[in-house]
Amino acid sequence: MSRSQGVNGQRLFRAVTSGLPTLWLCVFFLAPFALVLKISLADPVIGQPPFTPLIDATGSLHLTFDNYRLVFGDSLFLASYLGSLRIAALASLICLLVGYPMAYAIARTPQPWRTLLLLLVMLPFWSSFLLRIYAWMGMLSTHGAFNTALLTLGWIERPLALMYNDFAVYLGIVYTYLPFMVLPLYAVLEKQDPDLREAAEDLGATPWRVFMDITLPLSLPGIIAGLMLVFIPAVGEYVIPTLLGGLDTRMIGRALFDEFFVNRDWPLASAVATVLLLVVVLPVMIFQRGRGGAHP
Amino acid sequence: MTADTPVISTRDLSKQFGDYVAVDHLSLDVRAGEIFVILGGSGCGKTTLLRMLAGLEQPDTGRIFIDGRDVTDTPPYERPVNMMFQSYALFPHMSVSDNVAYGLRKEGLPRATIRDRVREMLGLVKLEGLEGRKPGQLSGGQRQRVALARALVKRPRVLLLDEPLAALDKKLREHTQFELSNLQDQLGVSFVVVTHDQEEAMTLASRIAVMDQGRFVQVGSPQEVYEYPATRFVAEFVGSTTLFAGIVRESGPEGVVIVCEGIESALPGPPSAALQAGASALIAVRPEKIQLSKERPEAAAGRVILQGIVQDLAYYGGRSVYRVRLPGGQMVSVSAQNRIRAAERTLEWDEAVFLSWARESAVVLQG
Repeated sequence: MSRSQGVNGQRLFRAVTSGLPTLWLCVFFLAPFALVLKISLADPVIGQPPFTPLIDATGSLHLTFDNYRLVFGDSLFLASYLGSLRIAALASLICLLVGYPMAYAIARTPQPWRTLLLLLVMLPFWSSFLLRIYAWMGMLSTHGAFNTALLTLGWIERPLALMYNDFAVYLGIVYTYLPFMVLPLYAVLEKQDPDLREAAEDLGATPWRVFMDITLPLSLPGIIAGLMLVFIPAVGEYVIPTLLGGLDTRMIGRALFDEFFVNRDWPLASAVATVLLLVVVLPVMIFQRGRGGAHP
Repeated sequence: MTADTPVISTRDLSKQFGDYVAVDHLSLDVRAGEIFVILGGSGCGKTTLLRMLAGLEQPDTGRIFIDGRDVTDTPPYERPVNMMFQSYALFPHMSVSDNVAYGLRKEGLPRATIRDRVREMLGLVKLEGLEGRKPGQLSGGQRQRVALARALVKRPRVLLLDEPLAALDKKLREHTQFELSNLQDQLGVSFVVVTHDQEEAMTLASRIAVMDQGRFVQVGSPQEVYEYPATRFVAEFVGSTTLFAGIVRESGPEGVVIVCEGIESALPGPPSAALQAGASALIAVRPEKIQLSKERPEAAAGRVILQGIVQDLAYYGGRSVYRVRLPGGQMVSVSAQNRIRAAERTLEWDEAVFLSWARESAVVLQG
């Protein structure tokens, strides 16, 4: 009796633990995505809602691929996708270059200080993201803190153009997403057995070789996790290119926003969103598959 | 460098962590081809000493010499010593042969040489056929041999081993002990082994250094350390022993006589120049040196005879260990070979017995 109850309890526990994430994915990802997909296959109309229904008044199915034709036919969209991928990729690499030494140093710091440093990494999350981007605008603008300081010191003669260009976008993305790089890197570096490094050194490896042969390859899972955590949201980033970028900063998030809210062309915007998902998710999935094959 | 230059030696070596003195003005000399075992409890500083020899820890004071050359300031990757870590520290992302080849690659040896030496070494530790495996796919014993091969393949002057057998189960440990000795014999490399396990120390060592609180308490052959412990600490740490504490009544060339509280007859022991009449002293007797009998043994010159009651007995198959209580309350442990079957055993709990041993088989220590 109690035994069968225990088995039932176990079964229930398993059902709940595997069911909850599935449910979550269905409600908050698959269902909205199905909606977006449906809208992307409709025609735009002026009205409420601003697109044709899937099944029209006569009862026949109404599907069109015009929006996708538009997306792939318009060089502006293409440029925006490529711009997003380029900026996200480069920003992820910069995050890696900046974040790796940070994570390495934190992982080597003795205990009471280590927790403090980790806390400092996460501290920016305690204030609004938008607020922090506005603060950057204040610092980067023509009469902002940086230019004022440099002018006062006499290092420059006229204000530098620090804002409304790609530089500011990179700065904003690296600044915003750096913690997502540092935390997974810290997690793998902190777990690494110091004996491994000492063994390599004992076998004749200089500190630099120890890093290249042992520390770096063993932190690869953290590097990959960090790159994905930065790259994926950065591709679709909207706020940073809008507030800090120039007119010629092409990122797909901005194009998406313009289609939805400026042109009110929901079907085209949905098509842009669907393609964006494919552009981001497909390479990641292929990459993961490749890795899964390499490490059984 | 002469033939009797020690392979590795230290002079006045010290290391302190905060208030804790790990190694305290320690000097040692390891000769070519010997297995020098440092035996001590946890926290006695033995691992710190080993790490300083490897260069992984910097001494506060003192010098380290390898073949007479001062290497105190030489980084670990330039010292001709290699270490086998207690955790083995195998590189998890490299195959067995890559692990073993690692040190040779860092030396920049030609590929063909590396391949040959790796193959030879893997043969020596009986790991043929496992070259392509990752450490995660090996058993504990196999991992231990990979670690050993990796450290030995560079042909170091000295191999440092930190608790080399601690992670193995008992059967494998006994087997590996002999393999280690054989390997050392074949290669002629000096071993410095750190262990807390006195059995391991006894079987491996050509010399044992018993370490306590950052210092060597006694250095000698396993027999010397076991049969003639220099201090109470050594007597108690290495093997088991029964200690009788008392005051020296007589001390002369034929031996000492010690009066112990709670024991009627004074206990004689071998001579000790360091102890004068009136000094406090200890008599240490190993369990296997004591004979048990139901009948009172015949009195003989220099033979100690005491009477007691069997309080406890533990059967180990080949031998039994008895704990015998003397009238004064002192407990004596005695071990006896089970030459006849247990069913026919004659001594039981609460039985009165006589203990006897020869005066020379006891050790007299300063109290």
